[in-house]
Amino acid sequence: MDILRFITAGSVDDGKSTLIGRLLYDSKSIMIDQLEAIEKQSKNKEDGEIDLALLTDGLRAEREQGITIDVAYKYFSTPKRKFIIADAPGHTQYTRNMVTGASNSDLAIILVDARNGVVEQTRRHSIIASLLNLPHVVVAINKMDLVNNSEDVYNNIVIDYAEVATSLGLKDIKYIPISAINGDNIVEKSTAFPWYEGESLLHILENVEVANDINYTDARFPVQYVIRPQTEALHDYRGYAGKVISGIYKKGDKITVQPSGLESTIRAIEIGGKEVEEAFAPQSVVLHLNDDIDISRGDVIVLKDNQPSVENELDVLLCWMGNKPLIPGNKYLLQINSRVTRAVVKEIEYKLDVNSLLKEPAPEQAGLNDIVKVKIKTASPVPFDSYKKLRVNGGAILIDETSNVTVGACMIQ
Amino acid sequence: MSQHRLDYLDLLESESIHIFREVAGQFERPALLFSGGKDSIVLVHLALKAFRPGKFPFPLVHIDTGHNFQEALDFRDHLANSIGEKLIVRSVADTIKEKNLTEQKGKFASRNALQTYTLLDTIEEFKFDACIGGARRDEEKARAKERIFSVRDEFGQWDPKLQRPELWNTYNGRIHKGENVRVFPISNWTELDIWNYIKRNEIELPSIYFAHEREVLEWQGQLVATSEFIQLDETDKVSVKKVRYRTVGDMTCTAAVESTASNIDDIITEIIATKTSERGETRIDDRVSEAAMEDRKKNGYF
Repeated sequence: MDILRFITAGSVDDGKSTLIGRLLYDSKSIMIDQLEAIEKQSKNKEDGEIDLALLTDGLRAEREQGITIDVAYKYFSTPKRKFIIADAPGHTQYTRNMVTGASNSDLAIILVDARNGVVEQTRRHSIIASLLNLPHVVVAINKMDLVNNSEDVYNNIVIDYAEVATSLGLKDIKYIPISAINGDNIVEKSTAFPWYEGESLLHILENVEVANDINYTDARFPVQYVIRPQTEALHDYRGYAGKVISGIYKKGDKITVQPSGLESTIRAIEIGGKEVEEAFAPQSVVLHLNDDIDISRGDVIVLKDNQPSVENELDVLLCWMGNKPLIPGNKYLLQINSRVTRAVVKEIEYKLDVNSLLKEPAPEQAGLNDIVKVKIKTASPVPFDSYKKLRVNGGAILIDETSNVTVGACMIQ
Repeated sequence: MSQHRLDYLDLLESESIHIFREVAGQFERPALLFSGGKDSIVLVHLALKAFRPGKFPFPLVHIDTGHNFQEALDFRDHLANSIGEKLIVRSVADTIKEKNLTEQKGKFASRNALQTYTLLDTIEEFKFDACIGGARRDEEKARAKERIFSVRDEFGQWDPKLQRPELWNTYNGRIHKGENVRVFPISNWTELDIWNYIKRNEIELPSIYFAHEREVLEWQGQLVATSEFIQLDETDKVSVKKVRYRTVGDMTCTAAVESTASNIDDIITEIIATKTSERGETRIDDRVSEAAMEDRKKNGYF
């Protein structure tokens, strides 16, 4: 049993909340008391049916206004997998929430309303999924009941979407006709679509191969904390605590510390206090080296024969998340894993139209939810990999030093 | 690559250890809020894995409402003692006296709201900049929306609309003076994950989690232990039942469940079969209103 993290992209009108509610309900993850609570609320509404969407609206403002204002996380399990859903709202102004939810996801479910087909919002969600380099996409064509479960409608949408997917270079795409409100093709394969040869949505989610998405080749270990008990018994103990974000480390491996370039070999590896021969992603471990060299939080230990880029000028695709605009020349803190360094956004090269993927001329400033290509200069060299190649070591955040708020998501090119 | 696969408990554990170490790396004066309940016991266990053979870079802090189960208090002292880490206890009763606060009245007069005062005073007393807590997102729908690093203003308040975006596994813990961050390392665990982890790691728990005989009051379908903190009326139906606790909070706001589960395996079987949520079955305080938890969090509750 492993974990699949996925994001659902779509608006309330696409039936996104209903879909999530349905997954939770039909997988028996909703308890009676929670159901009673939403039944009570549903009765206040006119039609009298249980509104599964209420399961995902957590905050009072959302219930009152019938909107979703933030990323919510939901959990359910089957004997095969534990699932973590990042439920991000689909409105235009909330691009940042979808970027946030997608950053940790293995898969995106992109909801398409069968009546409307591929629309601007579908493109936007798909573009974000591709920018964030999500390994898997499921296109769920919903409300099939409202188009008489028509195979033609379904096929036309598949053809339209395939074009979008090709232009974006999306990798593993699956299509499925569903009716979230009726539960068709959600948990069990439905008889409503005799022409559909694939499996139910839950079956797809249970069987997507995610272990292969982990990179076991490019070993990266950002140091988070140095364990030094400095007691009599453990006088010389010096362990580098962190998480193997990619790759495999073995006892005896020759390593380089970046950005200093210092070298050593791995003397020992500990996991939860026990010595092991090797450690692999994404284990949290403690590394011991043969030499007493200067290493601190923010350094990255890599294998000597597989180095990351180490630069102080970065080409970045930046999703702006701040309420105040990004002005070229402004200084920020750039945080990549445990490393924080001062940075200046030197220039905006172009703005990406998230509905068409066209490059627009560089604006003077970038606003909330804009995606722009920028050049960032950092005060000290940053060890990184391109986001396309290695997500875990190519994503960084920008922090406004005066407000301390996270204002940007960087995909380093 | 089949030998390089982690199962879901390994993945959750690694994520939580990573979060613990981010706290150690980013903050000057963190603290671990310890209640004696299973979630905070799991937190301690994860901290051992994150920092041993070093000492914890934070003390354990218990906000004692004075309405705790004795078994939980005993266990708290026993655990802190056995791992040799510092335990700070601050009492809500003292805050009530010092600040002239008014206690709730009524049958289940609870100090749940008042403990926020003691917590905020304790944060100020020790200048804590990060408080690690055992809240899980599956517990309650307001919690489902909270970040792993959750910034609180100097009044301890949570503003759900002004949360920092939290991307990848990068946590931004930068704060202004007076603010603090609540950190939730087991955000992504469910109740069942916690129990399965306790089983796998053979983690010791207070005895009240296992079935035992107890005198209880039947109140609106819930079983509340009789104690000096609860006012009984003549019409109250009191009886001795075999029960266990699914959550451990104050005696005034935590209900027991009828059970014969005397070991972890039996408890896991019961939890898989249950049709009621953890808080719904055992917490009297969440029943106040639809937004009870959201309101408490906005006011500084963890």
